[in-house]
Amino acid sequence: MSEDDERQQYPPPDLEFASNKARNCNSTGSGSGHPEFQSTYPDQVLENVLENVLHFLTSRRDRNAASLVCKSWYRVEALTRSELFIGNCYAVSPGRATARFTRVKALHLKGKPRFADFNLMPPDWGAHFNPWALAMAKAYPWLEKVHLKRMSVTDDDLATLAELFLGFKELVLVCCDGFGTSGLGIFVNKCRQLKVLDLIESEVSDDETDWISCFPEGESNLESLIFDCVECHINFEALERLVARSPSLKKFKLNRYVSIGQLYRLMVRAPQLTHLGTGSFSPSDIVGQGDQEPDYVAAFAACRSLVCLSGFREIIPDYLPAIYPVCANLTSLNFSYANITAEQLKPIISKCHKLQTFWVLDSICDEGLQAVAATCKDLRELRVFPVDPREDSDGPVSEVGLQAISEGCRKLQSILYFCQRMTNAAVIAMSKNCPDLVVFRLCIMGRHRADPVTGEPMDDGFGAIVMNCKKLTRLAVSGLLTDKAFGYIGRHGKLVRTLSVAFAGDSDMALKYVLEGCPQLQKLEIRDSPFGDAALRSGLHHYYNMRFLWMSSCRLTRHGCQEIARAMPRLVVEVIRSADEEEMDDVVGTLYMYRSLEGPRTDAPKFVTIL
Amino acid sequence: MESGCSKKLLDLIPQEKKWGFIENQNGISHGSSEEKKLELKLGPPGEEDEPLVSFGYFSSMKSNAKQAHNKFPPAQEDHRGGAVLTASWAKNHHHQPKPPNCSQKRTAPGPVVGWPPIRSFRKNLATTSKLASESPTSLPHKVAIERKPAAPETRGKGLFVKINMDGVPIGRKVDLKSYDSYEKLSTAVDELFRGLLAAQRDPSADGPKQEEEKVITGVLDGNGEYTLVYEDNEGDRMLVGDVPWHMFVSTVKRLRVLKSSELSVINLGSSKKGKMVQN
Repeated sequence: MSEDDERQQYPPPDLEFASNKARNCNSTGSGSGHPEFQSTYPDQVLENVLENVLHFLTSRRDRNAASLVCKSWYRVEALTRSELFIGNCYAVSPGRATARFTRVKALHLKGKPRFADFNLMPPDWGAHFNPWALAMAKAYPWLEKVHLKRMSVTDDDLATLAELFLGFKELVLVCCDGFGTSGLGIFVNKCRQLKVLDLIESEVSDDETDWISCFPEGESNLESLIFDCVECHINFEALERLVARSPSLKKFKLNRYVSIGQLYRLMVRAPQLTHLGTGSFSPSDIVGQGDQEPDYVAAFAACRSLVCLSGFREIIPDYLPAIYPVCANLTSLNFSYANITAEQLKPIISKCHKLQTFWVLDSICDEGLQAVAATCKDLRELRVFPVDPREDSDGPVSEVGLQAISEGCRKLQSILYFCQRMTNAAVIAMSKNCPDLVVFRLCIMGRHRADPVTGEPMDDGFGAIVMNCKKLTRLAVSGLLTDKAFGYIGRHGKLVRTLSVAFAGDSDMALKYVLEGCPQLQKLEIRDSPFGDAALRSGLHHYYNMRFLWMSSCRLTRHGCQEIARAMPRLVVEVIRSADEEEMDDVVGTLYMYRSLEGPRTDAPKFVTIL
Repeated sequence: MESGCSKKLLDLIPQEKKWGFIENQNGISHGSSEEKKLELKLGPPGEEDEPLVSFGYFSSMKSNAKQAHNKFPPAQEDHRGGAVLTASWAKNHHHQPKPPNCSQKRTAPGPVVGWPPIRSFRKNLATTSKLASESPTSLPHKVAIERKPAAPETRGKGLFVKINMDGVPIGRKVDLKSYDSYEKLSTAVDELFRGLLAAQRDPSADGPKQEEEKVITGVLDGNGEYTLVYEDNEGDRMLVGDVPWHMFVSTVKRLRVLKSSELSVINLGSSKKGKMVQN
C-alpha cells in the first residue's frame, strides 16, 4: 500500500478539472471559493474528489479494489460505502465493521453454510443476528435496510430493528429462523416507514399472534410484502384492509392459508402488482357446482403489470386457465409447488414467450420440458424439483428433458435439475448448446449412479461442462464420479467460485486437483467423499482466499485438521460433532473452516470444537 | 455364512469408526465390472473393504416434523457406498440380529440425512397436491386448519412459554429457565409489556420514547391493576405464585396477564386444586 509520502505539493494535472468541479458541487470540502487551489489542501481536495467519484462505485468488488490503492483511498472508500456486505458473519466482528465503515445504510449478512439447510448441522450452531443488531443500533441509527441469509434472528432482534432505527425501511430474511409471529407483530407495528418485508424460505414459529393486524392504521408505504413461507393462518380481513391502504404495493406473496377466493378479493384491490404469490390457489370451502365463483380471469387480466407469478401451493389445476391473460408478459413463473402434468402445463407455457425464469416440479415429465423448450426461447434460469425426493423413486424427468432444454433454450445461464437418470451425452450436449451457462447444478438422486446407457461414470459430462462453458462460476456434481472428473474441474474450471460435491471421487487426488487448479474457488462444500488429511493439506496456499470449506463424513482426522489450524492462524477450524461422538475422537464428523479476522468465536456451542 | 456377507453395517457402528464401505454382494450386477473398480474404496484396489459409516444430524428441535426421511428403517440389507445412519439410531439398534440371508439382488439403499438436497418445506408435495388434482370435478378439500396447541418450546436449554396481556394484541415469549423466582418473572412481565401497553393507550405517540409508561406491578399479590395467571398441563387456569417455583415451571403451559377486575368472572383452576384465594 502506497503511503501518504506520495503526496505532492500541487494536485496532479489530470485532477485539476475534477477538483474544480468538486468544489463547485459544494461537497464536504473546504472550498475557499477561488479557482487557484495550489495553496489550499491538496489532500483534502483529493479526498473530496475521491468521495464524489467513489459514491458512484456500487460493486463491492470494485470498492474492495479501490480501498487497497492507498491509505487515503481506503479512508474515503470506507466513508462512502453505504451498503455493507459480509459473506460470513464470523469473518469479522460487528465492532470492527462499524469502526471501519461509518456511514452504512444497508447491511447484508450471511450466516450458516448452505449444507445447514439439509440437516447436516445441528440446531443452535450459531449465526446470531443479535450482536450485529446491537452494534448497528449504536453505529448506524440511520440504517434503512437489513438483508439476512441463514441467520438466527430472535423476536427481540426484530423489536430492536423496529424500535431503534427510526427510518428503517427494508427487511429481507432468507432461510432464517428463531423468530415468530409475535416478533413480526412488534416489528410491523413499530416500523412506521416500512417499505419491504420479505420473508423467504424462513422458519417462522406460530405464536398465535395476529401480526397482520399489527400494521398501523393509515396509509402504508408498503412496496413489498412476502410471507409465503409463514406456516400459520393470517387475519384475512386485516390483510384486505392493509392492501387497500397500500397504494405502492408491487410485490405481494401470500402463504398457503389464503384461498383462491380470498386471492381474488386482494387482486381486485391491487391491480398494480408486478410480483404475485397466489397462495393456495384452491378454494377454502366446499364449493358447490352452482355457486357463483368470482371472475378470476378478469382479476388477472386487470393486472397489466404482472411479470412474476408464484405460489400455487395447493393448486386445483381447474383454475389454471385464470392466469392466461398474464402469461404473455411473464418473465418469471414459479410452479415448484404445483403438481401438474405436461398436459396441464402446455396451454400455459405455450403462451409464455417472454419467460426468463422457470421453476417447476418434475411432474411435468420430459414431455413438459419439451414444451418449455419449444416456447421459452429467452429462458435464462430453469429449476426442476422432484415431487418425490427419494433415491429410488420413479424419475419422470431424465436426459431427454435436459437435451430438449439445451436445444430449445440456448440462452440458458442457470440450471438446477433433479433427476433419477442422466447420460453423459445429454450433459455434453448442454455444454455445447448453452455456452452462457454460469450455474450448472445437476442432482442425480441415486448416489453413485453411472450413465445408464454406457455404464460409464459421469466424468465426461461434467468435464465437458467445465471445458465448454467458459463463464461457469457455480457447479454442483452428482452421479458416479472418479478422480478424473475433478481433474477436469481443476484444469478447466478457472472461474469456478462455488463447488458442491457429494458421494464422489476415489481418492485425495480429486480434492487436490480442485484446490490446486481452481484459483477463484471461494466456497467448497463436500460430503461423504473419500478425501483425507493429505488432500486438506494441498489447499493451504488457497484457504485465505476462500470464504469457507465444508467437509462432512469424509476421511479427515482431528490431528490432520489441527495441522491446518496451526499452519493458518487466521483460519477458524471448527470440528462439529454429532450426538454420540466423543470430544477426543480422532475422526472428524464435520469440518467447517473459514477465514476470520477475529479468531475463535465466543458463542460456539458445546458440540463445536475450534482447533 | 457366505463370505460376501462377512461384514454387517450394524455390527460395526458402535465399536468402530473406520471408514470404508460395504462390499457389494456377489452376483449383483450394476453394469460393467469397471464400475466396481470405480466404487468408493478406502485405499488402493485389492485391500479389504470396511464399512463406511457417517453421521448426520437430526433436527429434533425443529417444529417441522414432516421429515420422514430422517426416520430410518432398519437397514436389513447391505448396500454399496455411503451407508449413513444417525448416531442415535445406531445406538438403539446395534443389537439387531443379522439379516437371515444376504440379499443377492440389489436392494434399495437406506435413506440418508440431507440427501437428496431438498429443503424440508419442499417435501411432501406428492401427498398434498395429488389429492387436489385427483378430484377436479368433485368438491375440493378444505385447506387443513391446524391450530398448534399452546405448548412450551425448548429451544436449546430454554423453556419458552407464550405470554399475552389483556389489551395488547401482541403476545411475547418468556424463557422460564432464565428466572428462578416469581419476583423475577414479575419484573420480566413489566419489562415485556410496559412499552407495549403505553403504546396501546396512546397509539399516536410514535417517536422518542418519552411516553408516560406506567410500571406494571402487583401482578402476583392481587393488588395491582393486572394479575398474572397461567394455564397448566391439565388446561386449568391458575393464579401464579401459589405453588413452589419448580413445580410451577414443570406444569405451566402458557401465561396470561389479566385485568384484576376481570378475575372474579374467570373460572380459576378447578375446585380440587383448592388454591383460589388471592393473597
